[in-house]
Amino acid sequence: MVRYAYYPGCVAEGSGREYEMANRAVAARLGLELVEIEDWNCCGATPGHNTGHLLGLALPARNLALASGMGLDLVAPCAACYNRLVTAQREIACDPELQVLMGRLLGRDYHGDRRVLSMVEAVAAVGAERMKALTVRPLEGITVACYYGCLLVRPPAVIRGDDPEDPRLLDDLLRGVGATTVDWAHKTECCGAAQALPHEEVVLSRVRRILEAAVTFRADCIATACPLCHANLDQRQARVNRRFGTDYRMPVLYFTQLLGLAFGLNPGELGLGLHFVPTAELVRRIA
Amino acid sequence: MLVLSGRGQEFANRVSLESGQPVQQCYQCGKCTAGCPAASFMDYAPHQVIHLVQLGLEEVVLSCRAIWVCTSCYTCTARCPCRIEVARIMDILRARARRKGLHRGQRAALFADLFLDSVRRHGRLHELELGARWGLSTGQPWREADLAAGLVAKRKLRLRPPRIKGVEEVRRIFREAARLEEGEHG
Ligand code: SF4
Ligand code: SF4
Repeated sequence: MVRYAYYPGCVAEGSGREYEMANRAVAARLGLELVEIEDWNCCGATPGHNTGHLLGLALPARNLALASGMGLDLVAPCAACYNRLVTAQREIACDPELQVLMGRLLGRDYHGDRRVLSMVEAVAAVGAERMKALTVRPLEGITVACYYGCLLVRPPAVIRGDDPEDPRLLDDLLRGVGATTVDWAHKTECCGAAQALPHEEVVLSRVRRILEAAVTFRADCIATACPLCHANLDQRQARVNRRFGTDYRMPVLYFTQLLGLAFGLNPGELGLGLHFVPTAELVRRIA
Repeated sequence: MLVLSGRGQEFANRVSLESGQPVQQCYQCGKCTAGCPAASFMDYAPHQVIHLVQLGLEEVVLSCRAIWVCTSCYTCTARCPCRIEVARIMDILRARARRKGLHRGQRAALFADLFLDSVRRHGRLHELELGARWGLSTGQPWREADLAAGLVAKRKLRLRPPRIKGVEEVRRIFREAARLEEGEHG
């Protein structure tokens, strides 16, 4: 059993509920104990750092301090939360003045000495052998387009561990449980992120391109590790079709949902009925 | 080389200093723009935004739409051959635009305000509240109704606002951050 401090992020109880379900179920199967950080707060996401530099650092810093108090490394499943936590940690660590400032902002001593991992990294750390041993329904014959988006891989000076232009961690994980993954050019193309409400035209045009690329590569589904990417690709897919007269029906699954299926977990437990674009046909081919 | 004097130079220097980025070293290769997912929706492309800073055209750059259409994807930062963190400069410009009140009317600024107000009040984001307030503030309350209905049907929208015990600590962060940023940049 490996224990982690767990930072679910604000959408875990809302629009990203199925990611949370799948993460918990898969973590249990992998022997990862996710101990939720008590009283965690929002990391501020894009609006935080867009509004003020210190605000964008201090909101995640409170969570880093809480995790440090637990004496555990931290896992953040949402790519945006993960990005903000790592960014804050690195920036503050490089600047003693910021460290003092954080104390003032937080009203408590700041320590940010625990490792921050994305869900992808935490799962990958379990190792290919063990993953293979747990696989009862290999994803054979399923072609997956792994979509990393922005915040799992950029900026490269801060977010390390995978190639920022051609990342492979997700591909390795899913191939490890039998899936075929495609070598496409849209792995890290931005989906429009938090512009869905302010500038939907950006999101729709980006999502269209990503879907088109996945179709071209004959992918059966797209795999993501970010609730914001997921919302744009899944929830807004019907709007893309309406706007551009297209007919995409591309299931968008969280990577832990796919792993969960391979481990023989039941689709309901993985939240597979909670998507906008139906996943039933794909699930039938696996389960 | 272009030599600026007076206010123009001062603005370029301040942006460089505040962002820690050597703005004057940009040689306008356009690589940032080539990879930018939002460039075609901007009035000034990312490399032009940097150019405006170099030229010291403060009013123009702080009033442009580009800095608010930016998605903060960091593609520009990842690819700049001069290692200029363009996305960081975008952050600095948005914050400066706010301090001068030039963010008013920008939809992304309104979205950020509503998002952060929810976080300040509850300690975490309340998605339903953000969506509702966004609809009312933009005068298009039904625009997202189809998606909201889908989310409610799947119980993917929490009805009651979250509330954390440390909400006062979170409010303190907002207060102190605003005060410090105000003091630092006047
Ligand atoms: S990529 Fe860098 S050097 Fe090239 S135009 Fe953009 S900021 Fe300037
Ligand atoms: S961070 Fe902003 S300016 Fe840079 S590439 Fe992304 S959208 Fe364009």
